Amino acid sequence: MKKLKENVWEIPKDKDMHVPGIIFASDKLMEQIAGDDKTIGQVRNVAQLKGIKKQSIAMSDCHCGYGFPIGGVAGFDTKEGIISPGGVGYDINCGVRLLATTIPKEALMGKREELINELNKAVPSGVGRGGEFVLTPEDMQDVLNKGSHWAKQKGYATDADLDKTEDTGIIQGADAQDVSDKAKKRGRNQLGTLGSGNHFIEIQEVETVYDENVANVFGLTKGQLCIMIHTGSRGTGHQTCSDYIHKMEDKYGWEHLPDRELTCAPIKSELGTQYRKAMAGAANFAFANRQIITHQIRNVLKENFPEADVKVVYDIAHNIAKFEKHVVDGKEVELCVHRKGATRSFGPGRKEIPADYRDVGCPIFIPGSMGTYSYVLVGTKEAEEISLASTAHGAGRVMSRSQAKREITPEHVKQELAAHGVAIKAGSVKGMVEEAPEAYKDVNEVVRVSDELGIGKMVVRLKPIAVVKG
Amino acid sequence: MQFEFLEHTADVKFKCYGKTLAEVFENVVRALSHHMNRGEAVKTTKTKELKVEGTDHQNLLYNFIDEVLYLLDAENFLVAEATVTIEGNKLKATIKGDDSKVYDNLDHIKAATYAEMYVKETSEGWEARAVVDV
Repeated sequence: MKKLKENVWEIPKDKDMHVPGIIFASDKLMEQIAGDDKTIGQVRNVAQLKGIKKQSIAMSDCHCGYGFPIGGVAGFDTKEGIISPGGVGYDINCGVRLLATTIPKEALMGKREELINELNKAVPSGVGRGGEFVLTPEDMQDVLNKGSHWAKQKGYATDADLDKTEDTGIIQGADAQDVSDKAKKRGRNQLGTLGSGNHFIEIQEVETVYDENVANVFGLTKGQLCIMIHTGSRGTGHQTCSDYIHKMEDKYGWEHLPDRELTCAPIKSELGTQYRKAMAGAANFAFANRQIITHQIRNVLKENFPEADVKVVYDIAHNIAKFEKHVVDGKEVELCVHRKGATRSFGPGRKEIPADYRDVGCPIFIPGSMGTYSYVLVGTKEAEEISLASTAHGAGRVMSRSQAKREITPEHVKQELAAHGVAIKAGSVKGMVEEAPEAYKDVNEVVRVSDELGIGKMVVRLKPIAVVKG
Repeated sequence: MQFEFLEHTADVKFKCYGKTLAEVFENVVRALSHHMNRGEAVKTTKTKELKVEGTDHQNLLYNFIDEVLYLLDAENFLVAEATVTIEGNKLKATIKGDDSKVYDNLDHIKAATYAEMYVKETSEGWEARAVVDV
């Protein structure tokens, strides 16, 4: 591996690779990335897939995944290239939504403990028991085909919510028919649930404003309280990924690939098209899920703070394949950009950005690990030039869950959180320890790399006040 | 040893052992149960019959894990243990477990994966390794 310049590392193209690999990382982060030998190999493997353009990219928060690294970005020519369920991941349209509130901090602090208990009840993890919604087959079909637009028809979303959601909360071209019965049955009682693992709801305060102008456009001001939601498409998305990995390996085999998890199909093939429609369906489920969770949060807040206004700032995916125009070798072409644990970073002017934000760029959310800072960034033209319009998506793990449980005690985590002024409601003590801040890379460093490279510029920093963990 | 959990930065990796291939698959159920109920025992109040096919041993293992995850999400059935028979790449299992709704704070497994997966015969019997996405 070659360091090309500060924060940019190249894996030179070898005879098996169609393009070079690029990792965006500081020296400190590269040390952690290189500590797990598989991550760099995975970036190299992705460079061997048919139709890949520019580079096989990994962001500063990257770590070992399945086939594709987590933090991986790859764009494929839509005529000759492939589409890969593993390149999107098992949690299709896992993503982050940020809500901005008008709740005064003093009012919230007076009710903080009750509030996180109520939020935990209103938005359950749902593991093994589901949530309050049990969808009929007809409603499930509508959720898959229409996403947040289904939620609006049912009275759970406003026009403003949809305007401030990526793709307005519906990926066009979804077809519920291409989502298996199994995938539908796994998700039908999971709408409005968080899941477990690293999914969370966090109440946060805008602590630092780096760019007044952009913060203003996004409707964020210093001291304002926000709520961040991190979850995805639950069982429906997980099953859809597995279903299409199997269909594609049956039809196209996997022996020619460097890793079985890289199973894929030509984008233009019948199976590639079916996956695209099914992925869009599962992505729509995730949009509807975050919208229903927004509705559930609003109900709790209305009870406690009747005057409060709760607006959606934005909602953006970090596990998805998108069909986008990019410039390759001086020519504009359509690419199918797989982002597996990476966030889209479009600069000013792109039509995909909501009209209210189009002059400044698209909002990007990079949550830190539990109890640490999260950031709002803004997309840039530089990202479109050097990173396929992408930047990081989080802190990225450095310590295994089992190591965290061995080395960190629940008391330590609680004390640390309390010392930083953060209250927590976690379903499971073990789950809380697994997500301890020590188990993650330093999010400040991840974001600094993005900002220095200009592939996502810092707008505000959010400090957590309370965490509800799935 | 029936199963053991191994180090993995982001997800959950485990190895299962058995004198026969079927016993390895039985221990896969124990490992999944152990993870989902965070190390606590799961009661055996209910029984399910499962039939799973695969194109090879890895694919069979993937599909088997997939079915166990389906039971939790779609049928609220939390597995505890299983009796498995395997002929070629066809598997039949009698799975015992419990109503998952009576368990608080289960840990969700999103999916099986092929990452680092193997199923192999050893000098002492059979062994399998898998990473699941959590």
